[in-house]
Amino acid sequence: MSGKEPLFSSKNIKLLTEPLNKSNPITVLVLGICSALAVTVKLEPSVVMAVSVMAVLAVSNMVISAMRSYIPPRIRIIVQLVVIATMVILVDQVLKAFAYDVSKQLSVFVGLIITNCIIMGRLEAFALGNKPWPSFLDGIGNAAGYGLILVIVAFFRELLGSGTIWGYPVLEKIGLYKTGYVNNGMMILPPMALITVGIIIWIQRGKNKDLIETN
Amino acid sequence: MKALRNYIDKIKPNFQKGGKFEKLHSTFDAFETFLFVPNKVTTGGAHIRDAVDMKRTMALVVLAMVPALLFGVWNTGHQHFLALGEVKTFWPVFWYGFLQVFPIIVVSYVTGLGIEFAFAQVRGHEVNEGFLVTGMLIPLVVPVDVPLWMVAVATAFAVIIGKEVFGGTGMNILNPALTARAFLFFAYPAEMSGDKVWIAGLKNGVALDGFSGETILAQAAVGKTAFTNGLDKIYTTADMFFGTIPGSIGETSTLAILIGAAILIFTGIGSWKIMSSVFAGGLFMGLILNLFAINTYMEIPAWEHLMLGGFAFGAVFMATDPVTAAQTEKGKYIYGFLVGILAILVRVLNPAYPEGMMLAILLMNVFAPLIDHYVVEANIKRRLKRVKANVKEV
Repeated sequence: MSGKEPLFSSKNIKLLTEPLNKSNPITVLVLGICSALAVTVKLEPSVVMAVSVMAVLAVSNMVISAMRSYIPPRIRIIVQLVVIATMVILVDQVLKAFAYDVSKQLSVFVGLIITNCIIMGRLEAFALGNKPWPSFLDGIGNAAGYGLILVIVAFFRELLGSGTIWGYPVLEKIGLYKTGYVNNGMMILPPMALITVGIIIWIQRGKNKDLIETN
Repeated sequence: MKALRNYIDKIKPNFQKGGKFEKLHSTFDAFETFLFVPNKVTTGGAHIRDAVDMKRTMALVVLAMVPALLFGVWNTGHQHFLALGEVKTFWPVFWYGFLQVFPIIVVSYVTGLGIEFAFAQVRGHEVNEGFLVTGMLIPLVVPVDVPLWMVAVATAFAVIIGKEVFGGTGMNILNPALTARAFLFFAYPAEMSGDKVWIAGLKNGVALDGFSGETILAQAAVGKTAFTNGLDKIYTTADMFFGTIPGSIGETSTLAILIGAAILIFTGIGSWKIMSSVFAGGLFMGLILNLFAINTYMEIPAWEHLMLGGFAFGAVFMATDPVTAAQTEKGKYIYGFLVGILAILVRVLNPAYPEGMMLAILLMNVFAPLIDHYVVEANIKRRLKRVKANVKEV
């Protein structure tokens, strides 16, 4: 064992920044697609969703990592689920208390964070084999990568589908409707979320040639 | 001709390796091969090259669409003046229709070809010819009153997401023209359905009192048994066959479409197997619905279904798309038959979609590779069995 590692060593910083681009949970690992489709009609719920996932993922990553030597491997999944579920219920209660409208809009999808593949994936792949602090950072980083894609998708879906940004009627204010412009109803439907994510993946791989599979 | 050839030969070096405009090579190549049959000769092995290459095939399909297009242009004017209650001679009617339809064609081609050229340029490919057909199909399957910018957006969507993403012509899963139509249908439903959009000028113009531009299918969907334009005109079977009814630009005249079908079959470009099995499937489903009819829509004679809406147009020009249809000979029958069945099913039983042809073909496009897979597998199994039987005898 080497000496004490600084809290923000370059290795730890990487845990935060890699998921934003090269190991993004949505566009590269292709996890957590379902919620990306469901909550991205508007910008506000997607930001709330991203923050919720960040809270759940960071804390459960840390907790599982702290307990990793005591969890019998055969029952590790159920232990992980208990930790995640506890966190999700906490987040859900907080949302209901302080952001009731948004929690209404998100409806079951807050509860469904439990089944978000990103969370299970990170617990299995990272928290079970690393110390609590890097696990915490890994949770923050991955949730941020997830949130980044969510916000990008939601921005375009809200702008083109409803003509607003964060509920503010941008297109109406600049007078676009008077020229005969009509909102694109398909952007509100789930398929366009998938297509938007696809376009983001396309652009990302166009820029990062090493992400392209060579089979 | 000779002068043109000479001119092309003169500017050609500019576009070849090391030339001034080397980067624009694909663009130049596209125009050169469009104007003249390329004089490439295969060097290795014995190959027979047909003079009918992709560009000429596509040109023939466009030619087959001309009857439907010309009729559509005339019908656009005809329906418009019918709504106004004016009687005009042939040429003013045709001219009015031309002024309505021509901009849609121009927008579709300019947008689509622009994107095709851009992609070919960036990827260093030859420009794909597929859009020559798609660009003509798109205007034929939209209502005449569709705003032009929507045509542009839908065309761009169809070419980029429907085709280029998968690798361009020949690689697409879905028929690009139908992708454009589906995009319009789901993105801008107000412009793609209802009783105002099918006849030019009805949306913001004046029409005779009581005139209605509903399509026959829309009327049937709400349980009417006699189809009228709201005035004294009752649509007869002959109207449905010749096409003097409201509808998308190129889809109304079954006669014009059948002429196109004859051209496609005669030149061997369109598959008669697909066309006939689509009609057979539609007729079959229509008859079944007739048998178990519980409302007036289900009682519409099965053969009338084949002339209504986009059924004939889809069967002849859309379902036969050689890229997205089933490739195996047996598979073509299955594919076509299912398209026919689904189209009538969606049309009659789902009130949300007055016309099911678009959705039926798109759905079967997705299933076509699966059908092919099982046809091929079945063939392998059959032959393996034969081999085994022969081995035993020996």
